[in-house]
Parts: sequence; structure tokens; C-alpha cells
Amino acid sequence: MTTKFTPDHEYIRVEGSTGIVGITPYAQEQLGDIVFVELPAVGKVLKKGEEAAVVESVKAASEIYAPVTGTVIEVNGMLTNEPGLVNTDPENAGWMFKIEIADASEIDTLLDADGYAELTL
Amino acid sequence: MAEPSTEDLKQTPLYERHVSAGGRIVPFGGYALPLQYPTGIMTEHKWTRDHAGLFDVSHMGPSFLTLSAPTSDTAADHAAISALIEPLVCGDIAGLKPGQLRYTLLLNDKGGTVDDLMIGRATEGGTLYVIVNAGTKDGDFALIAKTVGDKAMLHRADDRALLALQGPEAVNVMAALMPEATDLGFMQFGDFDCNGVPVTIARCGYTGEDGFEILAPASSASALWDALLADPRVKPMGLGARDSLRLEAGLPLYGHDLDETISPIEADLGFAVSKRRREAADFPGAERILAEREGQLTRKRVGLLVEGAPAREGAEILDASGAVVGVVTSGGFAPSLGKAIALGFVPPALTTPGTKLQVSVRDRAQPAEVVPTPFVPHRYFRKAI
Repeated sequence: MTTKFTPDHEYIRVEGSTGIVGITPYAQEQLGDIVFVELPAVGKVLKKGEEAAVVESVKAASEIYAPVTGTVIEVNGMLTNEPGLVNTDPENAGWMFKIEIADASEIDTLLDADGYAELTL
Repeated sequence: MAEPSTEDLKQTPLYERHVSAGGRIVPFGGYALPLQYPTGIMTEHKWTRDHAGLFDVSHMGPSFLTLSAPTSDTAADHAAISALIEPLVCGDIAGLKPGQLRYTLLLNDKGGTVDDLMIGRATEGGTLYVIVNAGTKDGDFALIAKTVGDKAMLHRADDRALLALQGPEAVNVMAALMPEATDLGFMQFGDFDCNGVPVTIARCGYTGEDGFEILAPASSASALWDALLADPRVKPMGLGARDSLRLEAGLPLYGHDLDETISPIEADLGFAVSKRRREAADFPGAERILAEREGQLTRKRVGLLVEGAPAREGAEILDASGAVVGVVTSGGFAPSLGKAIALGFVPPALTTPGTKLQVSVRDRAQPAEVVPTPFVPHRYFRKAI
């Protein structure tokens, strides 16, 4: 199991051919109180970098992009009633969607934890 | 509209306080101001509704307009200064009592809104307290100065600090610090001495709550800020909470819900067109505005309760069949309601509360219902007579 990051502050936790996608603790802090999360439809095919979800804070809407190309196989329905989980537990209970990774080599193009940490210094 | 980088921005006298308190600084109206403090907009918003929030609104445009040649007759001087400013606004300024404030609108010849502002009659004759918006203040001040000519002097006071203390406990906080100010009724103002510092205090605000706006010398701003925050009932508020509070209170924001094309009637601010001025039809754009008041209008501001994702400024409003009928001018999440709300303009036929409309968010139609504003009831202080 490995976790990779995008410069747009998404993480993807890779488990075999599946990736669990959410936003980083840094990102949730920047966004502030999240009041609404719009998730992709299960079965949707996303291209790397394509808009996958939207999180709304009190003040503004922010797009969440697909870290890799693949098919959405599950979404976190808990976020419909409890969008604040993205704030309180972004890396676990606040995950957003699971994606069936189409091309494993795309994972290598993402940032590792150290690379991402440098970005948010 | 692109905001300049933070280096080009003006700072208020409280800038260092915002930075040291962990405020997230953003550009607003040409100033560097805190969007929020570390606890976030939701917590700040709710604190103001339950206790008292302190806002730095020094970016706004307070000023004093004084007669160049006052006499000893204060009533005559007030009539004279009112006659100078009334041609620009739709409010009855002549009819103000000493120490009374009025919300009014600066209009252009087409009846569109140049700005919304407060005008108050000072207790001494021949002086008006005029408070305009940050983004429009240079233009407003130039317009007022040109209109009054050499008969009056406009003294800008926007180099001072303007603090707003808002919330149900604001009055108790003031009672401990400046007890005389608690004698003010809603929409009254006066000059006070705060531990040797001369301040002008108005009982008004932009949150729908009881509260006070304190104009103080820049040199005393930090001490006053600290003294108010020393009270455990008071927490600092950023621009984010200021916006969500005013939206819940149904109060328009200039440049969004009001602009040079929007009339007071369209903006549902008919109350700001004073009776005496209506009867005299002696304000800019009177012909249009009076006709609109009789029902000849094409759009009107309404409140919308939105289901699902917040509909932000610019989102299209659709009727039940999906046809575009209007646009959202302010929208967001209402922390007090736990729902999305919006202000927008639609044809008058669709303004009845209960009317089912839709809003387009990311190209998807979501249900929205016309509701009366304010979304959250105002709790202004009404003095017993």
C-alpha cells in the first residue's frame, strides 16, 4: 500500500489496482468548513486531471481532480449527510471515492509524501 | 475583477492584530483584511449569533459633511446641509432628528444605485455623518464634494479605525466598557469619551443583530480592539463571517446585489425611498423609481432557500419548467440554518414566497423556493418609548 499526492492537494491511497481518493489535511484546512460534497457517479470514467468532485465551503466551491485515469467504483456516501468529515478526518472517514486504476504507470508520476510535504511548506 | 497582490493593498490600523491572531489575509476593496481566523467561518458566524463578534471595518468610508458657514441656528443649519445632499439620495435627510441615522441610497440619473450608505444628523447643527462602502468611497466622496461645492466641506474619516461589535451580548460588553453608549437606540449615534479617547458610536450593523460601530482614532485602534477582545464574550470575526451573517440577514452587498443598473425598488429597498421624497419626486431617477413602485418593473430581488449545493453569485435562476428567469447575485451556505441560501433577481410574478424555482449549479438544476427575507430574523434593539 502506498499513498501518492497531486500538486492540487488530492491524495490517492493505492491498494492493488484500486485507489482511494480524498484531499489532504493541508487542503481541508485551506478550504475551511466544508458544507457540501458533490461526488462522481459510480461507473464514471475519469481521465487524470479531470474534475471528479466538488467541495463547497461556506465561502466557495473547489474542484477535486482525478489523480489518475480510471473508473469510479465506489463513493463515500457518508459525506452526503456529514460533509464535515472531510475536515475532521480527511485521510480516513473523509475519503471521497474509489477508482479502478486504468494505468498503473500513472501512479509513478505523482508526488510521494516527501515531495508533497515540500510543496506545502 | 482581479484584486491586486497583497503588496499593493492598503492596511487598516489593525492589520498587525489580524496577522498576529492568525487571520488569513485576503484583498478586499483595496485593503488587506482577514477572511477568517483559525477557528473558521462557521464557528465565527455562530459566535456572533450567540455572543458578540468584533469586526474591523476600517476599510469602509466614514466621513463628516459640515456646512462651511454654520450659524447659531442648528435647525436652519440642518435644513441647509440636508438641502445640499438630498439631491443625490432618495432618503429624507431633512427629517432626521439629532443623533438619528438613516440607511439610504446614492442614485444616478437613471435611478440606478451608485452606493448604499448611512447618513446621520449630528447633534450639533450643520454636520452629517456619512458612511459609504469601501469599494465605492473615492467616487462617492468626489461626487458629494462636487455637488456641495463650497457650501460644505467633506472631511474623510477613513484614516481612522472603524470597529463593529455585533451580537446579542454586544450591549453587555459595551455596558462594561462605555456604558453611556448603551443609551443609544437602534439607528442612533453620538460622540463619546472612551478613557480619554474621542469616539463616534452608532448603534447599527450589518449582521441583523444588535450592535455598535465605533469610529476611533487610528492611534487608539489597537488598544480599543484589545480592550473589547479582553471580554470573554467577544471574538474576532473575518470577512467570511461578515458576508454569511449579512446574507442570512437579507442585507444587500453593493457590487453584487446592488449596482448602477439596479433601482431601490428592484432591490426591494422601497423603504429607503422616504415618503416626503416620493411625494416631491425630487431625487435622481424619480420617474423610473416611482413607476416601478406602482408595479412597472421587470425584476425584483428575492430570497431563495436552495436544496443541495450552494448556488453562488452568477448562477442562473430557472422557473419550474427550466426556463432561465433570473440570476443569483449572492449565495452561499447559511450556518445558522444549515442550508444554502441565495439572493437573486427574478420577474415580479415569481416573487411570492412559496414559489418553486430552480437554480443551475454546475449545469444541473436544483430546487429552490422563494422565501421572505431576512432568512434569519433581525434582532435589532428597539428602545421602549
